[in-house]
Amino acid sequence: MSPRELPPAAPDVRALERTWEDPPGFFGWFTHVDHKSIGKRYLVTAFGFFVLAGMLAALMRLQLSRPDNTLLGPDLYNQIFTTHGTTMMFLFAVPVMQGLGVYFVPLMIGARSIAFPRLVSYSYWMFLFGGIFLYVAFFLSAGPDVGWFSYPPLAETLYTPSKRPDVWAQLITFTEVASLAVAVSLITTVFKLRAPGMTLNRIPIFVWGQVVTSFMVIFAMPAVMLASTALILDRLVNTHFFDTQRGGDALLWQHLFWFFGHPEVYIIFIPGTGIVSTIITTFSRRPMFGYLAVVLALVSTAFMGFGLWVHHMFATGLPQLGESFFTAASMMIAIPTGIQFFCWIATIWSGRMSLKTPMLWILGFFVIFLIGGLTGVQLAAVPLNIQVHDTYFVVAHFHYVLIGGAVFPLFGAFYYWFPKITGRMLGERLGAWAFGLMFAGFNLTFFPMHVLGLHGMPRRVYTYQAALGWGTLNMTASLGALLLFVGVLLFVVDVVQSLVYGTTAADNPWEAGTLEWATTSPPPHSNFVRPPTVAGRDPVWENAPDQPVVVGLRDDVRDVLVTHVLDAEPDHRVEFPEPSVWPLFTAMATTLLFIWSIFTPWGVVYGSVPLFVAMTGWFWPKTPVEGGTQPWPIAHRTLPMPGEMPGAGGAI
Amino acid sequence: MRPGDVVQSVLAPAGTAASSIHWLWQLMLWTAVTVFALVIAFLIAALVRGLRRQRDSHVISLDAGESSEAAQRTLTRAVSVAVGATVVTLIALLVASVWTGRTVAAHASNAVTIDVSGHQWWWEVEYEHTVPSERFVTANEIHVPVGRPVVLKVQSRDVIHSFWTPNLQGKRDLIPGYVTAIWMQADREGTFRGQCAEFCGKQHAHMAFDLVAESESQFEQWRESMRQPARQPQTDLERRGQQLFMAGRCSACHQIRGTDANGLVGPDLTHIAARQTIAAGTLENTPAHLGEWIRDSQSIKPYNQMPPTPLPRDDLDALVSYLEALK
Repeated sequence: MSPRELPPAAPDVRALERTWEDPPGFFGWFTHVDHKSIGKRYLVTAFGFFVLAGMLAALMRLQLSRPDNTLLGPDLYNQIFTTHGTTMMFLFAVPVMQGLGVYFVPLMIGARSIAFPRLVSYSYWMFLFGGIFLYVAFFLSAGPDVGWFSYPPLAETLYTPSKRPDVWAQLITFTEVASLAVAVSLITTVFKLRAPGMTLNRIPIFVWGQVVTSFMVIFAMPAVMLASTALILDRLVNTHFFDTQRGGDALLWQHLFWFFGHPEVYIIFIPGTGIVSTIITTFSRRPMFGYLAVVLALVSTAFMGFGLWVHHMFATGLPQLGESFFTAASMMIAIPTGIQFFCWIATIWSGRMSLKTPMLWILGFFVIFLIGGLTGVQLAAVPLNIQVHDTYFVVAHFHYVLIGGAVFPLFGAFYYWFPKITGRMLGERLGAWAFGLMFAGFNLTFFPMHVLGLHGMPRRVYTYQAALGWGTLNMTASLGALLLFVGVLLFVVDVVQSLVYGTTAADNPWEAGTLEWATTSPPPHSNFVRPPTVAGRDPVWENAPDQPVVVGLRDDVRDVLVTHVLDAEPDHRVEFPEPSVWPLFTAMATTLLFIWSIFTPWGVVYGSVPLFVAMTGWFWPKTPVEGGTQPWPIAHRTLPMPGEMPGAGGAI
Repeated sequence: MRPGDVVQSVLAPAGTAASSIHWLWQLMLWTAVTVFALVIAFLIAALVRGLRRQRDSHVISLDAGESSEAAQRTLTRAVSVAVGATVVTLIALLVASVWTGRTVAAHASNAVTIDVSGHQWWWEVEYEHTVPSERFVTANEIHVPVGRPVVLKVQSRDVIHSFWTPNLQGKRDLIPGYVTAIWMQADREGTFRGQCAEFCGKQHAHMAFDLVAESESQFEQWRESMRQPARQPQTDLERRGQQLFMAGRCSACHQIRGTDANGLVGPDLTHIAARQTIAAGTLENTPAHLGEWIRDSQSIKPYNQMPPTPLPRDDLDALVSYLEALK
């Protein structure tokens, strides 16, 4: 069979769009499985939680702006700092990065859909319900108040009899379920749905970042799910996992929690570096320097990230030899990050820099994250660590790492990809102002905290005495927070203004090289009317004018091309599921079970009945559509060379 | 704010361990400043060059930006050198860290051994002695002799706390079920403030203590006076105060050695008048503060375990004068 026997004609665009469109209207909204729709929801919801947690931070800065302040009492302050940390980690940083992945990974690898779209839909609802649950609890004065790390015995019923730690533990379960679901979907998407020709060494670095992160999620999250479940069992049915007096162990919690908690930092930061590589490549107008080194750096960061959790526990009094090992590991993780830094600088050096707004945020990232990384190396040294551990020095350090390593790249990503998502450009001038204010505000807020920590100010104190002399620097930090707040506000104004009057975006306004720019802005429901094939790492730059496209996919069912893991050669095609409301029902049933189980262990038993019903509805077998899943015809397993194909847009 | 203004600072070391750590901090700080300056300088140079090249031509270049292979090789070499320099710097810092760690962990013999137990939210302090009768318990104030090592055996009675006097030594967590030891040695006399550094609940912010470093002779004198049972009340007012203490709720929770008060819930008050602060570093120890504290401690340090004790004015005065005489 030669390629010409398949119809090379243009696909029926309207039929294709009808097939891939999710039901419109209010009720249709609850059934969406389009990864773009869910990705947008993820981004908007996570940004909403960012703003909420930011407001909590503003309250803390108000309270701490002067000594002996009585604005917030310890009860409320503890709820606020716990909810702030929990929200930023579990409801903002991880989901927002996964949301970017859900939206862009399929586009960047030239796929029509994300793998397991219903699972991704379910994950969004779980994330949303978990977040609502936390904030409802918070406004009912049942917000968790024992820290985002929830150390027992403080988190045990003996010392915290209220339901607050249970709320925390179940929020963890919600968000872990959500992020595991996304991780599985993203890995499958990247391994099996890549455009023909996108071999492993042509996968965009952003996508590599998402894959590496997803693997980290799969290995790290079970540790904290285990820990939080054991904590709930301790509290609910008197198991004694962490109760020292009855054979449990308070340190066990710390090992389990930080075995997750440290990789968590990289789960947030690796997608950030993926964004940095993407934006630098585009605006340097050359392929990334040291692609292989950068990808290997990401992978080795992920591996090493699992070997440093003990540096959160240096003050517990571990044997010296063990401590030295973790010091070495914590310092050596700076090497892969260093490699990435040098490759970025080399790319800029040898490129043709066009300094647009997304790039400003990346320059901000360089300065802020570099400081955070350097204090990270300092914190790896046991002697120094036991001095500044649990002080404001650490607060400064991880805000430099996380805001520098994730939030600044993320704002860069908003400016970079906003045209693709909405079809409108964000303002260059307003963007520069937002950047300037956030950069100045950030440094004014967090730099003084290094000094405060060295001068002995511990974390998580709701007030401090005037005689300690911490007033001036705290006031400075609080004023900085105000600037930071105005910066974020300007960004929101920019977004609203752009949605209303913004200039229309071209398909590829930045002249970037990755595949999400090879379709319209915003992309059609089917992502690509003609799914592309790939001839290089930056396909838009490198593809030949007569680059083949994928044909032979049906336009009356959600037909997707599955390719091989290593070389992305076509394997077979598979029919993807239709929109469904069952993921929503399943998420509601899961929510019921999780919340019920806070009050009685029987919640798990009775709650599993609606869950079973919802799952059955979800997986109810359908009559197979004629011509559904089929092996891809053998003759098309090899890609024709561009020269073999007649004319532009030939078929494979 | 200068280091000298605060009595609780890493940057004003007054002990052997803190001094070594301070040296390491200086090394780390200046290394970091140098690395930061270098990286940012290279970034700026790259940016200037990239912008200039963009002015010349903004064509997307697929040959990795540089036309010649030689240029590409130079770039690879530069990146490799930078990575190599990073590795060398990190190894140097690792060696410095481990070496400092060894000096911070080792200590000489003839140490004074003190048991510190954390409570929500105060510190129980017991001075060990081979002769059991020579041991004694106090709270929230620790005295140590200058120039002699002190071993602190720390544990917790409830949740996790962390013992930290930044001027002398790094912190050590107090974990229920674990007894661990940390040592320190003061190099100069002075009163240094310490504070709980592990979040331990509602009053984590008000769980401080004073550490008084004094000469060997002063220390021995202090230790001797601490070993004594409480001073007997001398005046009628004090005697009435003592009666109130024993008859009221006070004695159920507090101990005053040499009397019938032997409660173990709150801090030992045998020599409360000798301490500089009350309520774990919350208030300066004055009769007025003590009176306020007894009357309504909940307004000063909410959620602490001491209930409000609304006594008539003269009863309160009697109680305060009794306690403030317990030198």
